[in-house]
Amino acid sequence: MERALPLPPCENDSLLEIRNLSKSYSGVRVLSNVSFSLKKGTVMGLIGENGAGKSTLIKCLNGVVSPDEGTILFDGKAYTQMTIQKALSLGIVTIPQEFTLAEHLSVRDNIFLGCESKKAGGLFLDHGKMRNTARELLERLGCSVSPDVIAGELNVAQKQMVEIARGLNRRCRLFIMDEPSTVLNSAETEKLFQVIARLREQGVSVIYVSHKLREISAICDAFTVLRDGKYITARETAGTAPREMANLMVGRELKDIYPPKIPLPPPDAECILSLQDVSEETLVKNVTFSLAKGEILGIAGLGGAGRTELAEGIYGIRRFVSGKVFFKGKEIRITSPEEAVKAGIAYIPEDRQKSGTVGEFPLAWNITLVSLAEKYCRMGFIGEKKEESAAEKYIAKFSIKAPSGRIRMNELSGGNQQKGVLAKSLDTAPSLFIFDEPTRGIDINSRSEIYFFIRSLAEKGTACIVISSDLEEIIGLCPRTLVMREGRIAGVLENDHINEKEIMYLATGIQQQENSWNPSQTPNARP
Amino acid sequence: MEPLTDAKRPALKNFLARNRPFIALVVLLTACAISNEYFRSPQNLVNITRQVACSGIAALGMTFVIIAGGIDLSVGSLLAVAGVGGVLCMNEIGSPYLAVGAAFLVPLLIGLAGGAFNGFLVTVGKIPSFIATLGTLSIYRSLSLYFANAGTVSSSNEIFREVGNCVLLGIPLPTWVFLALAAVFGIILKHTAFGRHVCAIGSNENASRYAAIRVRMVTFGTYVIAGFCSGVAAFLFSSRLNSISSTNAGLSYELDAIAAAIIGGTSMSGGKGSIAGTVAGVLILGIISNALVMWNAPVNLQGLVKGAVIIVAVLIQTRRTKN
Repeated sequence: MERALPLPPCENDSLLEIRNLSKSYSGVRVLSNVSFSLKKGTVMGLIGENGAGKSTLIKCLNGVVSPDEGTILFDGKAYTQMTIQKALSLGIVTIPQEFTLAEHLSVRDNIFLGCESKKAGGLFLDHGKMRNTARELLERLGCSVSPDVIAGELNVAQKQMVEIARGLNRRCRLFIMDEPSTVLNSAETEKLFQVIARLREQGVSVIYVSHKLREISAICDAFTVLRDGKYITARETAGTAPREMANLMVGRELKDIYPPKIPLPPPDAECILSLQDVSEETLVKNVTFSLAKGEILGIAGLGGAGRTELAEGIYGIRRFVSGKVFFKGKEIRITSPEEAVKAGIAYIPEDRQKSGTVGEFPLAWNITLVSLAEKYCRMGFIGEKKEESAAEKYIAKFSIKAPSGRIRMNELSGGNQQKGVLAKSLDTAPSLFIFDEPTRGIDINSRSEIYFFIRSLAEKGTACIVISSDLEEIIGLCPRTLVMREGRIAGVLENDHINEKEIMYLATGIQQQENSWNPSQTPNARP
Repeated sequence: MEPLTDAKRPALKNFLARNRPFIALVVLLTACAISNEYFRSPQNLVNITRQVACSGIAALGMTFVIIAGGIDLSVGSLLAVAGVGGVLCMNEIGSPYLAVGAAFLVPLLIGLAGGAFNGFLVTVGKIPSFIATLGTLSIYRSLSLYFANAGTVSSSNEIFREVGNCVLLGIPLPTWVFLALAAVFGIILKHTAFGRHVCAIGSNENASRYAAIRVRMVTFGTYVIAGFCSGVAAFLFSSRLNSISSTNAGLSYELDAIAAAIIGGTSMSGGKGSIAGTVAGVLILGIISNALVMWNAPVNLQGLVKGAVIIVAVLIQTRRTKN
């Protein structure tokens, strides 16, 4: 237990104080004796690895679950549990990762959903009043969206602002933002920070949950660390380096999570993939690059730069409408994932839940999903022993934390699921492996393991493409990286030239750099 | 290999949860057998299996379609048009043996074609399965009315009738066919790559596409199976009476088939289900109808009981997914 009882009485300027909150799910303790307090008009970061108890804590605060023990003091009043209605009426509003807007309703109707203004004795909706209030709220946030637009037509950043405006309309006093920046690009994140700063000035408190420690440093007054469901510490942000935060999160001194960088392959290395002036229906325009055997090539860029579209084109999910693709020296035209897999291309999609896993299937079935018919069937019948032993092999190889291959996929943590996804693609023995955001939402240990896995693949001669929005990942892993902007390759960086500044210049186009890339130095660059 | 249900729950609870339809079947059978002497006569039990065979075969195909995330409302109409087509062709052929061959093959081909058309609409036309098969439900029924002049088509081929009514080892042909198809489809669903892919598509179609599964082909295949089942059922249906009514044959079979699949534990949202469960569901529905007759329950209230059973089955299913 990290904190002795009893706690000092609630200070006057604290909005929220949590005392000894505990919660168990079917016997497993996910929160134990968590206590902390939050002052009015401050922003508090809540950090911790996956499974540290952040989501459960949030759910206790917004009334989705009831804590087993402990007290929540909000504005001086004590509650042993919240309900969703009570939390809302107190002004505790959660901005979830998945937005909850009614897509077919207008921004105005969304903002007033459940608390509509009425006129004529409550019979009719007061559209005029609602429109004006909605406009005022959006203006307060510096958001230029019209209240009459249909919510489904907004981009994610705008939807997030509408969610916040909706909270303000309910006289929100505490915003809980769950990883709000994961869906935003850096410009949008910057804007969100301005909004948070404005909210703070207006006396609203914010609990900001994030993996991104640099954001915690930038926006939060203080931060609280959870680890394994326990309160670890709460500190002022000023004077704490992100590195120290990371150490507090994992509970030990972090070693370097990246393997030593693999060198660029020699100029005469075999060319695995070469794209010439390739364009895709929606976004990708005139892309030319090549990739050698055993190379790790990064693709950096902002969200919407066409990186995923490019990868999906190579994998046959999308169609290239012009240009040529050469694979192992031969021109190929791939129109479906089946053809891609047959040719020897593997793709790890960015959205693990939606595209990477079948959550209801056992882990073993997920691992053999692609190669089932080819490797595990005789005369069309599944060899279940063979399948099971292959699954065991991969569970050991990737040190997946699972009792057996029979455990349901969605019962595993994100990191272990992702390892299962890697195993699935590895089982097809590809010669080109495309990773799209391979470590999104994954704890630090699994992340490191995945980096070492990618490096060992490349050492054995597999060509790897790593698409990532995490600049550190690109910098730490790739000896060469493309930077995409608006569907085109804005530049190519190598070795020492790969740094945050240059990548951001190329990705945003704000300040064009002298290009460090010289085609004659690049292996297999075609004229 | 079965997925682990829930490691934290006691083994008995897991066993009960996994075998709900079979337990319900045994309880129902026992209760009816004890309470009614006519019900428990072997002849009656055999009759039940024959009565449910045709809609049961349709339910087997329906199980594949629903697990893959679709629905097929046209199975009953397809049965009618396949049966009408079969009998009409048979009547055109002189040789009685050849005619019986035609009466077997023609419904099968019509069934396969009708199923393929459904599959085509859903996979290539990208029409939601409910709408597509609602359309073909009307089309197939209308075709059967047209070819039969909205009446009954009969044959006078005695061999045909004999085949339809033949009894092997005390068990009528339709029951045999139902059980044989159930065994074959059970193996296909559980032990082949195709079956696994059907479950994967129903569970997460997008992930299946990224996993290089031929989503369209497999989905198409489920409708073809459903059509095949309608064809087989049409043959059994028409041969038993040596005639088929274009208006009544297969009427509301789609509802019985869907109900049987759901009572048997198939998830309406796809991804989960078993042939054994569907067989249990078919038998449960058959036993209920039969027992109500034995107890002299008002005929018009039979639908009420059936509906209640379906609702309870779905209630249990949704409660299970919530937990």
